[in-house]
Amino acid sequence: MRFDLNGEPCDVTFAAHKTLLEVLREDLGLTGTKHGCELGECGTCTVLVDGTPVLSCLVLGLACEGRRVKTVEGMADGPRLHPLQDAFAELGAAQCGYCTPAFLLAAEALLAANPRPARDEIKQALAGNLCRCTGYIKIYEAVELAAARMRGEDAKPATESLYGHP
Amino acid sequence: MATRKKKATSEHRVIGKALRKVDAVAKVTGATKFADDLALPRMLYCKLLRSPHPHARITAIDTTKARQLPGVKAVLTGQDLPIAFGILPVSQDEHALCPDTVRFVGDPVAAVAATSEETATAALDLIAVTYEPLAAIASAEQAVATPTPRIHDYGPAGNLHKLINLEFGDVDEGFAAADLIREDTLFFEGSTHLPMEQHAALAQYTADGKLTLWSSTQTPHYVHRALARVLELPAAKIRVIACPNGGGFGGKSDPFSHEIVVAKLAMVTGRPVKVTLTREEVFYCHRGRHPTLMWVKTGVKKDGAITAMHFKSLLDGGGYGSYGVASTYYTGALQTVTYHVPRYKFQGARAFTNKPPCGPKRGHGTPQPRFAVEVQLDKIAEQLKIDPAELRLRHLVPPNSVTANYLRVGSMGLGACIAKVVAGSGWKQKFRRLPTGQGVGLACSSYLSGAGLPIYWNNMPHSGVQLKCDRSGGVTVFCGSTDIGQGSDSILAYIVAEVLGVDPFHIAVVTADTDLTPVDLGSYSSRVTLMSGNAALQAAERARDILARHAAKKLEIPDERVVFADGRVFDAQDPGRGVAFAAAVQLAEAAEGTIGTVGSYTPPRSPGSYRGAGVGPSPAYSYSAAVAHVEVDPETGIVRVPTIWIAHDVGRSINAATVMGQVEGSVYMGLGEALMEEMAYRGDLKVMHKIPSLLEYKSPTTLEMCDVVTYLIEDPDPNGPFGAKEVGQGPLLPVMPAVANAVYDAVGVRVDEVPITPEKVLKALKRKAKGEEPRYGPTAFPEIDWPEPSRVPPPWEGGDGKEVEGGRGRSQATTGAERQH
Repeated sequence: MRFDLNGEPCDVTFAAHKTLLEVLREDLGLTGTKHGCELGECGTCTVLVDGTPVLSCLVLGLACEGRRVKTVEGMADGPRLHPLQDAFAELGAAQCGYCTPAFLLAAEALLAANPRPARDEIKQALAGNLCRCTGYIKIYEAVELAAARMRGEDAKPATESLYGHP
Repeated sequence: MATRKKKATSEHRVIGKALRKVDAVAKVTGATKFADDLALPRMLYCKLLRSPHPHARITAIDTTKARQLPGVKAVLTGQDLPIAFGILPVSQDEHALCPDTVRFVGDPVAAVAATSEETATAALDLIAVTYEPLAAIASAEQAVATPTPRIHDYGPAGNLHKLINLEFGDVDEGFAAADLIREDTLFFEGSTHLPMEQHAALAQYTADGKLTLWSSTQTPHYVHRALARVLELPAAKIRVIACPNGGGFGGKSDPFSHEIVVAKLAMVTGRPVKVTLTREEVFYCHRGRHPTLMWVKTGVKKDGAITAMHFKSLLDGGGYGSYGVASTYYTGALQTVTYHVPRYKFQGARAFTNKPPCGPKRGHGTPQPRFAVEVQLDKIAEQLKIDPAELRLRHLVPPNSVTANYLRVGSMGLGACIAKVVAGSGWKQKFRRLPTGQGVGLACSSYLSGAGLPIYWNNMPHSGVQLKCDRSGGVTVFCGSTDIGQGSDSILAYIVAEVLGVDPFHIAVVTADTDLTPVDLGSYSSRVTLMSGNAALQAAERARDILARHAAKKLEIPDERVVFADGRVFDAQDPGRGVAFAAAVQLAEAAEGTIGTVGSYTPPRSPGSYRGAGVGPSPAYSYSAAVAHVEVDPETGIVRVPTIWIAHDVGRSINAATVMGQVEGSVYMGLGEALMEEMAYRGDLKVMHKIPSLLEYKSPTTLEMCDVVTYLIEDPDPNGPFGAKEVGQGPLLPVMPAVANAVYDAVGVRVDEVPITPEKVLKALKRKAKGEEPRYGPTAFPEIDWPEPSRVPPPWEGGDGKEVEGGRGRSQATTGAERQH
């Protein structure tokens, strides 16, 4: 099968029953995409197919012939982190980091469609992704911070997000 | 042995700052290697066959057909791993594969290693197990009433695993002096950790007899010990590497069947073997919150001063011991560290049932009693017509004091916490003043900064650190601690960087590898920042002393004038005179040879020495207060929580941003337990898990999560590194009672049980409408044949922390965790 993986053409041979998740992790060695249930319940395996978040555990690899697939490995621009990655690191939006790749990609799709999302729009966009560490709050703040920076604003994290309220 | 204490000051360059974690880039690029991300050449895949019965005898296992399946390299049954294990020395009641009896649906009975996961799964279907079903026990109450068949052949009686009876002063006398006595019965449902990462382990065994296990474990040291015991290998030939955990919350703290099984399969086949549990299997591993029935009787004076408290708990332990003896003690340990309790009686029981074993989940045994006590205090405040915040503030445990059960409280910032959430939430304008359907509730809590005693009895440090200073200027910290997302790797770097005046991101951190790192007992009981932090502090100060000596010689100044900061080592009186940090290392290395130091930490000895005194002591206690705002729909019973205000006394933040993350994450998990999370069982016997999946086990998504307004209180504790106390667990505890108290404020009904589901709220509202007691919750605590109490007079009644004569009844084996001296 040939498809576009993180901006590069990719040829890969795999057993026909394999999911995109399995192809990415097992046949292509891209273990940045995680799994939490392999039943489409947790969102942890989210990748972008033609720019849309999909659950890679529910997509057959073969269904991606000729499509554009983006994983967390394709987010950074060379050694430069994507603004979302940078904001997640800065705010501690990644605690254990296991759900992080999925949240980053879901957020990237959101910001591509809506560069200035309200908090409720972020919640809606990320409602299919579970995180057990953060309570989601640092994730919202990181998405807002990255969105501001991607709009060209010189944004900084709020003092109370990092140090608490006075 | 106490380490030198450091107080944080504004001069600190690292401590207290909101820095990135040292592994942040790896986490956001997907580069972090979790256990299932590892693969080795010629690796085999393991699958476990699990019991479909809740309780049964295994009469025969035939693996012939499975062994004949092409691609299958080995099949194991209980006979291959006959040695029992368990996390506590007193509860060695587990086998990697059940040899003769299964005790819950999901108990493992056989294992296969094959060239593919598909083949291994197919082979499981070819294993024929013959079971002779036994009567199953579904609840703790049923276990109390049903002594036979016994699920285990140990424990004080029948299906009781543990009985505790402790009395600190004459509570009857205390009740006689009370103006008001309340008795309440409450229930806390079981819940599970639900880490996003499914447990995984990879084992390699080489021809030189060396076994290596990579695992998603919070406790590599205990896994190391269990492997040596069960596999009968020299511990020195076993290397356990804890991979970064994709969430733990206590659920990866036991040595597990699957870890032992892949190790044995690697030994048998000579090939690497990996296992990754399915989400369903993660539910069977469980070790989550014990379902706990509680009865609490509290006597108070008119001003709310407690005269005596009598607390009873009954824990549903599931099929095995796990941490259960400690969990049971914990349901009685920390009632005394928030408000002054002059006389205290605790009776705790843990029962075996035929469900997945319970164990330590975030808060370990203390959220349940905290829920009970804080809800009851809300009721007491109402009866006494005292504002619940005021009632608590009046009777706080003083700092630097010893409680009735001999816990030594150091710094105590609960008063400041209450003041913050009261002011921030607008409590005084809202409490009992919001329109029907809206309400606010307040609750407080405390938690350990690490357990004072190790799990197995020994006199060695709880945490060790080695430090290497390289002539390049590089510094490497080695510590057995395990990063489960809480940031423990970063804490080591920050502390060393602060002392040596170098950039924390220039420090290499090597952790959680039994070959490379000194022992740290593990990531549990909120111990790591305080204990590994103190060990790192000691190692770093020793390194600084060595470097300072030689830098001072070069600069021709006294040692004490040498300052370490900004990557330089210089004269405090003439900061321009100095050398680069690397040059300071070179001077020292030229004079003394390779520069390395060690540090270690052992908690201070607890003042209590009665049996059971080992559970509860901690070098320092954190404190939290929370106010929850709820909206209750009286038509549907649905409870929404828009906002929680929480203040947490962390002693001192090592990194403020990670502290914030722990507080918010704790509130989140507490909200889940308050409203929806439960291990629900189905079927006639109520022992089959109700669809073990992430969809059916309800946990808060972005749509249910509340806003959190966080206040950090810094009341430095002399036992913490730079004054730091815990933050990972404590802030979870006040959330459930704050929500329950707010529901009462909103609609005038008491739901004395979590989770507070719409059905329960509606039932209570219906009762209220009918003029019955406006309440949903348990009504009775079963009769239990308690042993004679251990009587320990409190410190203010001349006690010395020991039991007095005429104390305890039956004798039982003493555990490391229970023993004090």
